[in-house]
Amino acid sequence: MKQPQPGKQPVAELTDVTRTYKMGDEFVKALDTFTFTFNSGEYWAIMGSSGSGKSTLLNLLGCIDRPTSGSYRIRGREVSSMDDDTLSTFRGKELGFIFQSYNLLPQLDVLENILMPVMYQDEYPDGIEERALRLAERVGLGGRLHHKPMQLSGGQQQRVAIARSLINDPALLLADEATGNLDSKTADEILELFDELHDEGTTILLVTHEQDVGERAENILRLKDGLIESVHRGQRGRSGATQAFEASHSSVAPHAGDAEAEVVTFTSSEPGRSDADGGGEA
Amino acid sequence: MSKRQSSFFRAVRLGVSSLLLHKLRSFLTTLGVLFGVASVIAMLAVGEGASAEAQEQIRKLGSRNVILRSVKPQEQGDSDAEMRVLSYGLTRDDFDRIADTFPGVRRAVPMLQTPAEVRYSDNVCRPRVLCTPPSYKEVTQRELFSGRFLSSQDEESRGLVCVLSYEVARFLFPFETALEKRVKVGEHYMECVGVLGSRTPVGSVLLDPNSEAGGEVFMPISTGRAFFGERQTQIRSGSMDVQEVQLHEIVVEAKRDIDVLPIARACRAMLSRDHDDKDYEVIVPQELLEQAKETKRIFNVVLGSIAGISLLVGGIGIMNVMLATVTERTREIGIRRALGAKRKHIVTQFLVETMVLSGAGGLLGVGIGLLIPWIVERTAELETIVNPSAPVLAFGISVLVGIVFGLYPAWRAANMDPVEALRHE
Repeated sequence: MKQPQPGKQPVAELTDVTRTYKMGDEFVKALDTFTFTFNSGEYWAIMGSSGSGKSTLLNLLGCIDRPTSGSYRIRGREVSSMDDDTLSTFRGKELGFIFQSYNLLPQLDVLENILMPVMYQDEYPDGIEERALRLAERVGLGGRLHHKPMQLSGGQQQRVAIARSLINDPALLLADEATGNLDSKTADEILELFDELHDEGTTILLVTHEQDVGERAENILRLKDGLIESVHRGQRGRSGATQAFEASHSSVAPHAGDAEAEVVTFTSSEPGRSDADGGGEA
Repeated sequence: MSKRQSSFFRAVRLGVSSLLLHKLRSFLTTLGVLFGVASVIAMLAVGEGASAEAQEQIRKLGSRNVILRSVKPQEQGDSDAEMRVLSYGLTRDDFDRIADTFPGVRRAVPMLQTPAEVRYSDNVCRPRVLCTPPSYKEVTQRELFSGRFLSSQDEESRGLVCVLSYEVARFLFPFETALEKRVKVGEHYMECVGVLGSRTPVGSVLLDPNSEAGGEVFMPISTGRAFFGERQTQIRSGSMDVQEVQLHEIVVEAKRDIDVLPIARACRAMLSRDHDDKDYEVIVPQELLEQAKETKRIFNVVLGSIAGISLLVGGIGIMNVMLATVTERTREIGIRRALGAKRKHIVTQFLVETMVLSGAGGLLGVGIGLLIPWIVERTAELETIVNPSAPVLAFGISVLVGIVFGLYPAWRAANMDPVEALRHE
């Protein structure tokens, strides 16, 4: 079932990333000298109350926002210095977005929506339509290829959005409250889909404020006031790849450098990991 | 190349499907351009037709001719004399002086008009009865339909012969030829020796034989003077109106085109010296032609301004709607940007949508613009000419309007912050 994850590659490496917003007269640090590394094949839930910086982190990783200072690399490429066009192409090729409100284009049918990111690539890859068809099948919408979003339920729309996010085989799948608009049963189905994708080796970053949704992930990154509050294991993380987690994080630690909070929480999450189901919450 | 092309068509297809989401709004938006384009084409066609008609009429007067006409002077105060002979107009002396002494004159042709009924059996009409020498046909460039025109023999012998215009001939002789028939002109019977061709194109509606353009009967001027004299008596509702006019018209033909204007100047100088009343007019077709061209030029400028303004209004309408659309679709822009669209993709998308809108308006406008002249021609019996370049030009301009007025909304769309755009509700 679970793919062995031998040498995990870093997918997103952030070093001293700070993002400051101007709110009226004062500056607010949404992210404060944030240093972290996400590795390939990992499934992270990013949690925190509103204003904790989780959305800012997601926007930065999604390359639709730029840091005020610091640098970060995705798949080894320095993103903070890219110009707008390069960044756009990069988004289309390397990143998959899943939004809370699905964000499909109403004028396009299912297949066209799935193919949307390809439309903006300079090359129209061979066989991409077949891939889109396979993805539609994969998310269970093979029979509704030419339905418009209006004709689909929320869960179905989110499945289309997931298929769309996968069309370019992205380095990172960024999900922003992906289950926020869905009832619990449908949300569960979507989360199961994420689990499957994780099993297939997709790197997933799921921003959520729902405790039980976050807990299902492999790892949980908790933010507060733009700083890392805690890092600990989620349900999926406890079952199998403990070794891998340890290995990855020992390799992260030097990158992470001197971020105190991280070191502290890292140790504090240690027992939770060895426990069967110990409440890892801080 | 083909990839590029297909991406453009994809953009157009996407644009169309986006516009079809709001069918009514899109349609209403195109109306501005639609009416702009349609009115330009229609007005141009009608204007062009009217101008061509005017120029054709002037050309029929003869571009080398100077036409002098007698005009009844303004009524003086003493209208108490009921039986008064009003004497005015061009005189035989005027004619002699022009014909004999003016340089550059190839020939001068006098014409005397007499009011007379023309009758054959029960058919009666009141055309203009013109007494002219044989050369009248040449200087006025009339075509013969059948028979012959007046000859110099007719002139010398004061022959009782006449030539009918096509309309009069058709009116008096609906089912038979007019040639060699004896027509009663006034109190005298005259043999019809010829019929002139109609001035209107073959197949069009026949002119009224009583109208100025359609109804004409010609006889030798010597016959006219001998049998009808220079007094024209008209009895109207109880009062008798007697006029004495020696010559109603003198057509002066110049030898060369450049002689026309000097001759016209000389005629005006001579007539203004000899005639105290302004009982004549000088018509110079060449001048009229210039005027007609100038009028047409002014008309075109006015038309161009109207067209420009209407397309401007249409363009502003489109820009207005596109700006609203951009705001409304902020989120969509954010999605597209997140999915990898560059700024230029967003610009292209909105520009294409604007161009589709204005282009569709332009196409419909061309259709309606071509329909209007067709209707006008059939209902108002006005000649219209659709210059083939007009629809092409109008359509091109409408697309251009789309580009110009689409640029700003597209620029606004492309420069949105993706984060903000995605957050937009």
